[in-house]
Amino acid sequence: MTKLIGQSVKRVEDKRFITGQGQYTDDIVLPGMTYAYILRSPYAHATIKSIDTAAARAMEGVVAVFTGEDIAKAGINGVPTGWQVNFKSGETMKEPPHPLLVADRVKHVGDSLAVVIAESREIAKDAADLIEIDYDVLEAVWNPADAIAADAPQVHEGAPNNICFDWELGNPKAEVDAALAGAHHVTSLDLVNQRMIPNPIEPRSAIGHFESSHDRYTLYTTSQNPHLTRLLMCAFVLGLPEHKVRVVAPDVGGGFGSKIFHYTEEALVIWASGKLGRPVKWTADRSECFTTDAHGRDHVTKAEMGFDKEGNILGLRVKTYANLGAYLSTFAPCVPTWLHGTLLQGVYTTPKINVDVTGVFTHTNAVDAYRGAGRPEATYLLERLLDTAALEMGMDPAELRLQNMIQPFDGVSQPGYMTQVALQYDSGNYQATLHRGLEMVGYEQFRQEQAEARKAGRYLGIGFSTYIEACGIAPSAVVGALGARAGLYEVGQVRVQPTGKVSVFTGAHSHGQGHETTFAQIVADTLGIGMGDVEIIHGDSESVAFGMGTYGSRSLAVGGSAIMKSLDKILEKGAKIAAHKLEAAVEDLDFAEGKWTVKGTDKSIGFGDVALTAYVPHNYPQGVEPGLDFSSFYDPANFTYPFGTHIAIVEVDPQTGKVDLKRFIAVDDVGNVINPMIVEGQIHGGLAQGIGQAMFEGALYDDGGNLINGSYMDYTMPRADDLPSFEVDRLVTPCPHNPLGVKGAGEAGAIGSTPAVVNAVMDALSPLGIFNPSMPMTPESIWRTING
Amino acid sequence: MSTTIHVTVNGKQHTSEVEPRLLLSHYLRDVLRLTGTHIGCDTSSCGACTIHLDGKAVKSCTLLAVQADGAHITTIEGMAQGGALHPLQVGFQEEHGLQCGFCTPGMIMVAADLLDRNAQPSETEIREALEGNFCRCTGYQNIVKSIQHAADIINKKEVVS
Repeated sequence: MTKLIGQSVKRVEDKRFITGQGQYTDDIVLPGMTYAYILRSPYAHATIKSIDTAAARAMEGVVAVFTGEDIAKAGINGVPTGWQVNFKSGETMKEPPHPLLVADRVKHVGDSLAVVIAESREIAKDAADLIEIDYDVLEAVWNPADAIAADAPQVHEGAPNNICFDWELGNPKAEVDAALAGAHHVTSLDLVNQRMIPNPIEPRSAIGHFESSHDRYTLYTTSQNPHLTRLLMCAFVLGLPEHKVRVVAPDVGGGFGSKIFHYTEEALVIWASGKLGRPVKWTADRSECFTTDAHGRDHVTKAEMGFDKEGNILGLRVKTYANLGAYLSTFAPCVPTWLHGTLLQGVYTTPKINVDVTGVFTHTNAVDAYRGAGRPEATYLLERLLDTAALEMGMDPAELRLQNMIQPFDGVSQPGYMTQVALQYDSGNYQATLHRGLEMVGYEQFRQEQAEARKAGRYLGIGFSTYIEACGIAPSAVVGALGARAGLYEVGQVRVQPTGKVSVFTGAHSHGQGHETTFAQIVADTLGIGMGDVEIIHGDSESVAFGMGTYGSRSLAVGGSAIMKSLDKILEKGAKIAAHKLEAAVEDLDFAEGKWTVKGTDKSIGFGDVALTAYVPHNYPQGVEPGLDFSSFYDPANFTYPFGTHIAIVEVDPQTGKVDLKRFIAVDDVGNVINPMIVEGQIHGGLAQGIGQAMFEGALYDDGGNLINGSYMDYTMPRADDLPSFEVDRLVTPCPHNPLGVKGAGEAGAIGSTPAVVNAVMDALSPLGIFNPSMPMTPESIWRTING
Repeated sequence: MSTTIHVTVNGKQHTSEVEPRLLLSHYLRDVLRLTGTHIGCDTSSCGACTIHLDGKAVKSCTLLAVQADGAHITTIEGMAQGGALHPLQVGFQEEHGLQCGFCTPGMIMVAADLLDRNAQPSETEIREALEGNFCRCTGYQNIVKSIQHAADIINKKEVVS
């Protein structure tokens, strides 16, 4: 039988999507369904003097109108935060409530004020127009650096100077200060990692369905994380018994982080459905997605790196102000801290590192994990520092990296690499990806072309990024010690049916990642059966025992490993049944090609026969339970650490500031690979988002705190004709601590690519000076960079 | 107030009473329950709702249902004929042209229009043809390959016949 692992097997899930048969949340219609429209604040900061809903309630077809007062009266809590970060002093972070509907003071444009529930979406919208609200508009602040000023408008009572927490990691600051003071050269950069809007093409949607016959609720939702949503909603928001609540995340049209979190609208439709006894559906307009889907990034940073005269890195000092928005989203506090500060070792031997982060509230939408989450911000500042330092010191950026890189280690015969910032890297061969990248780009030849182009008045540039990331999140005990309020294991159940067909239940959730294919490849290969005999089930809390969902490039490393554990148990029990049937000892059996064979004989029994015997246990080993069905929890021993080299080549027209991305080379090492086609697809998508950040995207606020590019007409996402075809390759350094040797590929593209493009523009413009281009690098922004 | 419209969708005739303000995208999804046509925005920017109206690709959110009175419409559900996938559907699966699948129907519909007009488009022509459609998952590269794959299937068939 051909091995499936390592093959580019075509995706089994495609059939429903290419024929229009996918079932996304908004496609679901239930009998008696009502439609919710949420009235949202047009102001970033205002007190509510009065809300008059009488006219809306009176409209024909309106079923109910609820306001913040109703929510408060019902004693419903706000949505909680799943991660706690403490102040340096040890004081707990400020954790203000995030109500489902606001009664007193709105804190960002898009804050929810009232919900109208009607017989149709149109009636609900029409009725919402009739709600009269008297606001007292207040001053707002959107920039984290401004928000900490003494006279800044305050977002929350009880969070002085809008500070949620301050936090520090690494070596004592005095040691880093001393290292930089004694350095031959210090490169210093002021960087803004702009606010990104994730923008999955499917808008968020939620349906609440209460069935009084069983006192049971079902939530259909656009979630990457249905089980955690159920837990948070039941235990912390609505006080519902978890066993009476089913959460289904059916086909989900992309997430990129923004659908990890438990949102107010999910609890609202469940509560309203219980109150009304009818299903309630809410689907966001795109403009609502812009102002209410959790955003990403938004750091203001000063980063300084010191070198000796040979170019060896001596120390790194980072001060970051991280914008958290008005409310703390589910994982918000951990993104700028534990997912950012811990990555500042990069792939370099930097001996002294200190990072200091202040988490800041502003009158903006919440900021949380967006593809990469903290790691792109860390990579951006490190890789910008490296290329800038090379230019400033007159060194080659590739050579400067090679000279400072951690030497190769496999994590088996050589130990993992202990960083200065709390992590132990699992295995790495960082130089190899850079060498391969240089080969692919034709580095020496490019430098010659560049020199000739410069003579002809053309500005070509090359930029590097040699990134590392931490994913496959995460060991529960470790994240617990760092403030997580949940474990980060995964669940995998393998149920062998009596006929030998296999149903697999995974707590990971696929919303584009192709789990139904990748996981089936693993199961089919391990059991020696066909792909068609395996079904992967995910996204339904009623069928899947538990799960922590999909984010942090964790599905295969953690969820796949949980499935492997269950497969081991299936084979162990299967061997006992086979041994009994074959009248042999378990030790005398081999399992291969889907059957157990007595060593040295032709006596064998197939997997299907063993499965049938397990369910029809007439002739059966003593002391063995019937059935062949195992569930396992896998809690990883460590994070996984993919790495790679990204190289961009650009041409810049200094007259107009236009950047032409001519080539993009990515050499990634994500450990072992189950399906190369799917991994390559993940890399492509990540690159598009990372390049999008460098060149096109970014939320813009006016001084009133209005998002002024809150539509697809105004927020520039990359379109097909904005991007080149990427040149990608892979190297393989297996992960030493999980059974599949895999590391994860979902975020690598977005983490590595952004600084490579900005570095390339800096390199292109270097005959005119050493610039620090700001993102997104629009023609206007580059023109201003050049012309001051 | 409602208006009567007659439309032929995927070869099947429908007569419906619709509100004048009902968008064609909502008509297809909510009235005919053809939910393969997706809605990703409110500014006619994303292309997820692309269908064929009298043989041309249009964004169904830019039209009112009443404007489609008398028209022949094809949606993604009507692309496979007699149980055989359309070459573009084959191409998208073979070349991994989709991940979450949400933009896919619109991509396939716009690509079908392109291949009707240009049987052998270059990569640049394909990328330009897709500029009205967002994909956030794939980075577009495999969508381009999927369309090239479909073009090859169609052109080979034509050579044979």
